[in-house]
Amino acid sequence: MTEILSEFALYFNYPFVWYALIVGVLIAFCSSLLGVTLVLKRFSFIGDGLSHVAFGAIAIASVLKLTNNMPLVLLITTLCAVLLLRTGRNARIKGDAAVAMISVGSLAVGYLLMNVFSASGNLSGDICSTLFGSTSIITLTQSDVWLCISLSVAVVAVFIIFYNKIFAVTFDESFAQTTGTRANLYNLLIAVTIAVVIVLAMNLVGSLLISALVIFPALSAMRVFKSFKSVTLCAAVFAVVCSVLGILISIIAGTPVGSTIVAIDIVAFAAFWAVGLFKDRKA
Amino acid sequence: MPLLSCQNLSLGYDGIEIIKNLSFDVNSGDYLCIVGENGSGKTTLMKTLLGLQSPMHGKVIVENGLKQNEIGYLPQQTVVQRDFPASVWEVVLSGCQGRCGLRPFYNKEEKKLAKKNIEKMGLSGLEKRCYRELSGGQQQRVLLARALCAAKKILLLDEPVSGLDPRVTAEMYALIENLNRKEGITIIMISHDISAAVRYASHILHMGDTEFFGTKAEYLNSAVGRSFAKGGRFND
Ligand SMILES: Nc1ncnc2c1ncn2[C@@H]1O[C@H](COP(=O)(O)OP(=O)(O)O)[C@@H](O)[C@H]1O
Ligand SMILES: [Mg+2]
Repeated sequence: MTEILSEFALYFNYPFVWYALIVGVLIAFCSSLLGVTLVLKRFSFIGDGLSHVAFGAIAIASVLKLTNNMPLVLLITTLCAVLLLRTGRNARIKGDAAVAMISVGSLAVGYLLMNVFSASGNLSGDICSTLFGSTSIITLTQSDVWLCISLSVAVVAVFIIFYNKIFAVTFDESFAQTTGTRANLYNLLIAVTIAVVIVLAMNLVGSLLISALVIFPALSAMRVFKSFKSVTLCAAVFAVVCSVLGILISIIAGTPVGSTIVAIDIVAFAAFWAVGLFKDRKA
Repeated sequence: MPLLSCQNLSLGYDGIEIIKNLSFDVNSGDYLCIVGENGSGKTTLMKTLLGLQSPMHGKVIVENGLKQNEIGYLPQQTVVQRDFPASVWEVVLSGCQGRCGLRPFYNKEEKKLAKKNIEKMGLSGLEKRCYRELSGGQQQRVLLARALCAAKKILLLDEPVSGLDPRVTAEMYALIENLNRKEGITIIMISHDISAAVRYASHILHMGDTEFFGTKAEYLNSAVGRSFAKGGRFND
């Protein structure tokens, strides 16, 4: 035990470990806040779809040899988020089909672009780290961390200020509209915020595992808690605890950060599921 | 001047008209029942009255001073609501959203109003309970309490008793009647059940192949009223 502790002490001398921990916790926290709304609006797949869009956008940025790909990626992802949330309510193209289409499309185009234009010798390594975020979290710079902190503060502020409106629009969109709440505006706000969170999260877990950060905390919390507020709070705590554990374990065991966090999410989900069953049985 | 006036309304989707040239007035204190078969466009009409969709032709005129966000609405139940984690308190309070405007949080008065409406609907003690775990009748009363938080003068109810057993249905009708008689709230209700409509409403709007609008007495004397009042119900 003391051995492990002293090993931690050693690791925490390095700033990159701190950076990884801060960024990891913030991203997990933001994703879980929005996750509750997305799961309830039947938009949980949007995380998956948008992360693939972000992957495609990164490919485009790397083909264009942009040094700072963040603005372009953010722009493209936001546009797609708006588009997807819109078609979600359109009767002609089913929302889930649209997500699947855009998601697979961007993945393919992104891979194609990287394949055709990439100068790097280690193509599969590049793609692997974009998809699974395996190494990038270790290479975070101080300015990355500050960007992440400020965007997270913005996301949390938006969520708190519009909490009641988000609840109203999520629970019953047409009723909210009849009380004068501009549902479309808040749907747009949710879309933009989720796009920001996803672009942020690309660095941590890579595009394939973002859905997990969005879905697991919300679904786990919904097993046990029954009000919107308690589900939201529980999801946030769940996300933070799992990501801290995941990052610490991945440091000690040398496993990839993203997959470790998700593995812990799965275990924790199973625990919550069991607790939920037990609670229902008793009630 | 009527509280709400529909003039030559035509409603439909994707360029196809479902309702043609419909005109009627609703005065303050009226209890209007809209009856008609499934698919005859009752929900569509109600959504138009609420301003959720716009008519293809014609217009809906509301009395001066009745703002869009002063109408209470009890929607036909949707699927999303059924597994939503929300407490009774959260749902009812969300009816005050229109009073908030841009203010992010509810104030004391709004919380008091929510509490009052919870009591009025006989839901005291259930505030912390999960909405989806309540019985059908309780759920409808929660939605009615929410609608009351939004309503100042008028309530629009879309099939408020569908799926409820006869005893709970009678309770629900009694609650609505009480709101109309004692508090003077204007009611527009969609219903499948003609016998109930004839019993409680002051006016009837019959939609479908044969259209009718008038007072209850006029309806009972009309050809369409006589043929339906005997049967009592539409087949689904
Ligand atoms: N969003 C929509 N898009 C296209 N058609 C619709 C839509 N909603 C309803 N309809 C059609 O309009 C008709 C009337 O529907 P509705 O107003 O729900 O009837 P009711 O409430 O009387 O059962 C139905 O034929 C239905 O299929
Ligand atoms: Mg209907």
